Amino acid sequence: MPDTAAEFLKTTPLDALHRSLGAKMVPFAGYSMPVSYPMGVLKEHLQTRTEAGLFDVSHMGQAKLAGEDVAAALETLVPGDLKTLEPGQIRYTVLLNDDGGIIDDLMVTCPAEAGLENTLYLVVNAACKDGDFAHIARKLAGRAELTRHESAALLALQGPKAATVLARLIPESESMEFMTSRMASWDGAAIRLFRSGYTGEDGYEISIPVGVAEQFAKTILDQAEVQPIGLGARDSLRLEAGLCLYGSDIDINTTPIEASLTWVIGKRRRAEGGFPGADKILGQITSGAPRKRIGIKPLGRAPARAHTEIQDGEGNVIGEITSGGFGPSVNGPVAMGYVAAPFAKVGTPLTLIVRGQPMPAEVAKLPFVPHRYFKP
Amino acid sequence: MSQIRFSKDHEWISVADGVGTVGITQYAQNQLGDIVFVEVPEAGKEIKAGGEIAVVESVKAASEVYAPVSGTITEGNAALIEAPETVNTDPQGDGWFFKIKIADTAELNGLMDQAAYDAYVAELDA
Repeated sequence: MPDTAAEFLKTTPLDALHRSLGAKMVPFAGYSMPVSYPMGVLKEHLQTRTEAGLFDVSHMGQAKLAGEDVAAALETLVPGDLKTLEPGQIRYTVLLNDDGGIIDDLMVTCPAEAGLENTLYLVVNAACKDGDFAHIARKLAGRAELTRHESAALLALQGPKAATVLARLIPESESMEFMTSRMASWDGAAIRLFRSGYTGEDGYEISIPVGVAEQFAKTILDQAEVQPIGLGARDSLRLEAGLCLYGSDIDINTTPIEASLTWVIGKRRRAEGGFPGADKILGQITSGAPRKRIGIKPLGRAPARAHTEIQDGEGNVIGEITSGGFGPSVNGPVAMGYVAAPFAKVGTPLTLIVRGQPMPAEVAKLPFVPHRYFKP
Repeated sequence: MSQIRFSKDHEWISVADGVGTVGITQYAQNQLGDIVFVEVPEAGKEIKAGGEIAVVESVKAASEVYAPVSGTITEGNAALIEAPETVNTDPQGDGWFFKIKIADTAELNGLMDQAAYDAYVAELDA
C-alpha cells in the first residue's frame, strides 16, 4: 500500500488512547485500528476468556431507523421476525439481496425507552456500512427514515468479569439479560448498553457520545480485571465461538441456509416469506442447500488459513476454508469453511491442502469453545 | 571463529566451519507476535539462496522463512515443533530453525553484518 494511503485512513475517537497504550495500528475497513497491544494477541485472547477485555469497535456503523411501521418495513429486507421483537430486545439478522445472498449481518434493537416506539437501532459492519445504509434508505424510502448515528463511539467489554466491572460504574447493567438493551447514564452522559458481543463470552457493547468516550474507556481500563484488546484477538475469539466474519464466512454469494444460519429465519417468516430471495431460501430449507458452513478441526498442529482447499479422501475438491488459524483457548488450530452438503456431518474426515501437502482434519461441532452468555 | 550475517527478510545466519545456523531475528519475532507453529526442514534437503525452507505462524498469519544462502540442510530444530514459542523468547539462541552446510561461502558477502542490519531495521521503523 502506498505510504500516502495512511493519510486517508479515518480514526476512531479512541485513536490517541490506542497510541498511548502502545497499540500496533493497522488499516481496517478504511480506519486505522489497533490489531494488538503490547500484551500480544495470544494473551489478549486468553485475558478475554478468563477476565475481561475492552475493544474499540467505533468503526462499526450505528443508525436509527424510524417510521410508523418500522419493523414491518425492515422485514422486507431481512428474514428475521422483527414485529415480535419486545421492547429492549436485540436480534441478530442478515440483509438479503434478491438471490438470497447476504449483503451484511447486523444487530437490530427495539429500544424500550418512551418516545422510541417507532424506532429500531441498527449496528452493521464497518466495511459495509455505507452500502448498507444507502440500501436501507433507498428500499424503505417513504416508509422509514434512516439516521446515521455518527456522534457515538462503540466499545465492547467482554469476558466473564465484564458484568462485575460494569456494575461498579453502572449498577443497572448487571441484571440485563443476553441480547437486551437499555439506556443508562455515566458521568452525566446518556449511553446505550447492549448485552451482546462477538467473543462467545458474556459482555456488553456500549454506544457512548464521542465527547466522553475516551474518559469512559480509561475508567474501564483502570479496573484491575480489564485489558485493552485488539482486532487480532477479536478475530480468534469469534472464530473459536463459531461466529461468522462478514466478507470471509458469509457474503453475497452465500445464503443463510448455506451459512448454517437457518435459525435467523423467523418461524412466521418461513410460513409467510416476504423477504428478498425467499423462494430460494425457503426451497433450501425444504430440499437442503448444496453446501454448508461447518467447523473444521485440523488434526495436526499446523493452522489452515482462509482459502485452503478442502478435499475428500479421494482427491476431489469439496470445499474451501473461509476462516482459519490458531485458537489460543483450544490450544490448537481451528477453522470454518464450506463443504458440499454430503460432507457436512460432524466427524466426517476431510483433507486440507496446506502448502501443497495433504493434512488430515475433520468436521467439528461449532462453537469450538462453549458460549457463556448471561441468561438468568 | 563464528560470524553472524543478516538477510533483508530478517533471517540471521551464524557460521562456523562452513555450517550456518539459521533463525529469524528479534525484530522479525516482534513483528510476527505470538508464534504458535513452526515447520522446519529435514536433514538432506538442498536449497538455493532465497528459497522457501521453513514456515513460521503467529496467531494471525503464516510467513515463510527463506534460506539466506544455498546449501544442504544438516539438521532442523525439532524442539520448535513442540515449543514454537521459543522463537519469541530466544529468537537468536534456542529458537534457531535449521543448520545448513553452505555450498558457497562467498554468498555470505551478499548479507548484512550486525551494524548494517541495525541500520536497516532502524530505517524500517522510521
